[in-house]
Amino acid sequence: MVSLRNHESTGQGEQPRRASAPSAADRWRALPALVRFPLAAAAAFAAVLALTFVTGPTGDLRIGSVGYYMLAIAGLQLLIGYSGQISLGHGAFMFLGAYTMALLVLHQPALPLWLNMLITVVLSCAAGVLVGAATARLHGPYLAGATLALAVGLPSVTVRFPELLGGSNGLAFSTRGAPPALAGVITNTQWQAAAVWLTTLIGLVVLATISAGRLGRRMRALRDDESAAGLAGVPVGRTKVIAFVISAGAGGLAGACQAYLLGTATPSSFTVTLSLSLLAALVLGGLGSMWGAFFGAVALVYVEVWGEDLAHALSLDSNVANNLPIVFFGVLLILVILVWPQGLHGMLRSLAGLVRRGR
Amino acid sequence: MRSRIAPAAALMAAVLLATSCGGAGEVQDDAAADLDVSTGVTENSIKIGSHQPLTGPAAPGYSQISIGAGAVFDYINANGGIHGRDIDYVVKDDAYDPARTIEVTRELVHSDEIFAMLGGLGTPTHSKVVDFLNEEGVPDLFVSSGALMWNQPDKYPLTFGYQVDYTKEAKIQGSYIAENMPDAKVGYLHQNDDVGTDSEIGLEQYVAEQRVAVESYDPGNTDLGPQISALKEAGADVVVCSCIPAFSALAILESASIGYEPQFVVSTIGADTATLKGLLSEFAAEAGNEDLPVEQLLDGMIYTGYLPSITQQDDPWIQLYSQIYEEHADSDRPITNTTVYGMVQATMMGQALMSAGPDLTRQSLIDAVHEQDWAGPGLVPFSSTENDHGGFAGAMVLRFRAGKEPEVLQEAMVTDNRGGEITTAEVERPAPEEVSFFGE
Repeated sequence: MVSLRNHESTGQGEQPRRASAPSAADRWRALPALVRFPLAAAAAFAAVLALTFVTGPTGDLRIGSVGYYMLAIAGLQLLIGYSGQISLGHGAFMFLGAYTMALLVLHQPALPLWLNMLITVVLSCAAGVLVGAATARLHGPYLAGATLALAVGLPSVTVRFPELLGGSNGLAFSTRGAPPALAGVITNTQWQAAAVWLTTLIGLVVLATISAGRLGRRMRALRDDESAAGLAGVPVGRTKVIAFVISAGAGGLAGACQAYLLGTATPSSFTVTLSLSLLAALVLGGLGSMWGAFFGAVALVYVEVWGEDLAHALSLDSNVANNLPIVFFGVLLILVILVWPQGLHGMLRSLAGLVRRGR
Repeated sequence: MRSRIAPAAALMAAVLLATSCGGAGEVQDDAAADLDVSTGVTENSIKIGSHQPLTGPAAPGYSQISIGAGAVFDYINANGGIHGRDIDYVVKDDAYDPARTIEVTRELVHSDEIFAMLGGLGTPTHSKVVDFLNEEGVPDLFVSSGALMWNQPDKYPLTFGYQVDYTKEAKIQGSYIAENMPDAKVGYLHQNDDVGTDSEIGLEQYVAEQRVAVESYDPGNTDLGPQISALKEAGADVVVCSCIPAFSALAILESASIGYEPQFVVSTIGADTATLKGLLSEFAAEAGNEDLPVEQLLDGMIYTGYLPSITQQDDPWIQLYSQIYEEHADSDRPITNTTVYGMVQATMMGQALMSAGPDLTRQSLIDAVHEQDWAGPGLVPFSSTENDHGGFAGAMVLRFRAGKEPEVLQEAMVTDNRGGEITTAEVERPAPEEVSFFGE
């Protein structure tokens, strides 16, 4: 079980504070969450924007992908890492978000992007209420099974309504690029990556603020011991449903970002594999911290790329080379879990701890 | 709690408002891309890209296409290349997932800087990048799909179809059935996407009155039991199967297992007999039946085709392709008709590049494709004129015979994908030596 300590906003208990004047890091940590998170998000946004000036259009697409995966995984983090409920159906909410976005762009082209995103969040949260209310009584493998059914079943809806949802070929659309005033300064792909990251970071600020506050405390109490939390006055059922709804909203928004970035929504992108990959990436990145979502998303996008490069460099037989990226991800997952059960985030923390102690 | 969400929401609204002043779906038309460029062409190489399902559900069978094309390009390079330039063929795996297709296509265009795209595979996949390729000015030749949408020269001037489209093919199947089996009851079995709808439009023009059942399958669900039973119930003597290979095989197996023996009429996409044999043995082995007489099961199957088949050992093109495959292919599997499909695409790419001449630009390639006289490996005429990007314009009707060459039931016919007539095609098929697809 993940301990309460593993959260960025709680104190670093293992390190005795040095008696000297408070360092910059200490002063940063002393800031209220409401100032700290938006500031960190603004810094991250500036960094990403700067990064897109160095990378090419392919890089922009990958950076954007890291963005929406990170948002989806962060939503899952809130659900699994903080409130302790297992969901294998997160891809279903991404599916919902992507199709909402696609339909809005196709049928209501005059609506601005931010409104589309808001509508998506509202709709996914509504779906989260329905599913969450139905599954609040389930826990452990039963909840996992119920959500898995959702991930398996929902994409087939497209085949039922081929006129509206495009059947198994899905929907394709184009969105507005960078405003003409910025032509020559910023490319369309940069603009899209930036829009995805802005959405993601705003989503993350909301998620981090929630988990640092009372609701987050309640979720962690639930996760560690449901009965004890109930006895202490935490409304068990309601907190669980709220966690599910927030996580569904994040998943839907991530799906909308994906659809916006790629200009498409297709059922074959939202198979069970996606839900399982998100879960695997979360475990790989590290449960119990929003940083885990970042590392998980980076791994999800780049391990595949590196695996392909590796296969190329080794000039392997095509059958081996084609499957190498998947194997690569699997091996990495197993190794990280064996050596650092807290995921990549845990690994970096323990490495940082070693460095500090060695000083 | 409320006091915290409010500023966060205000911030979100403010920033998003600032970023998007217009509707997300209001897209301006960009100016056409400059085609007088030779991106991907150097003194001694031409970079050609493709997206193919090398892993995932569509990989069995279809992963052979790029192996075939790659082997032909190797052969071209070993024989002096094209006007002194070697072909650098870059294949990216999209696992038949449109999201991946978009990513790898952008990578091909922006990072690898390909000169042209060849044979991007799949309707759900390629339909998501066709706009992008046309906007970027990348010639998009010979899409590996029979959808009707590739043939829109006004909207997609750089995209050219390859295989006979589903409606044309279904019209030829329909008219053959109506003429030769006028008393048969006909059942349709097709995939529940554009393959199915486009095929049905074609069939309905000829066999609407003979039709007794229409069944469709979802490619994600491998249980064809209900559909086959329904076709049997309806008493269909002829089943037109517009299916991908795995589902042609499943349909044949499922029918055999319930003692239903209709005459199968299979579309080219699912009628590669070498692939079918492999799939049938595989499925039978999974069901615990190791020695199923697969040849006998397929014997008598009627199918449409527009390319030479590997069972036609006397065909000079098949002889050349078998030899190329043996010498250059990076695969230990035997050559199949699906391999030939890729090899013909590569050969035609070679023909077009030869015609475009030594001063290669994207515009000169497109002009060459428009004016190309496509006599070569194909069995039916190929259209890629300025107003018709349809690809192979018709098909032959053939019957598979166990252990023998296929029997030609009806020579090559051509038609359109609307209400036009079906006419006999004049096909000229020069031998490989007479076709220039490599050299100075």
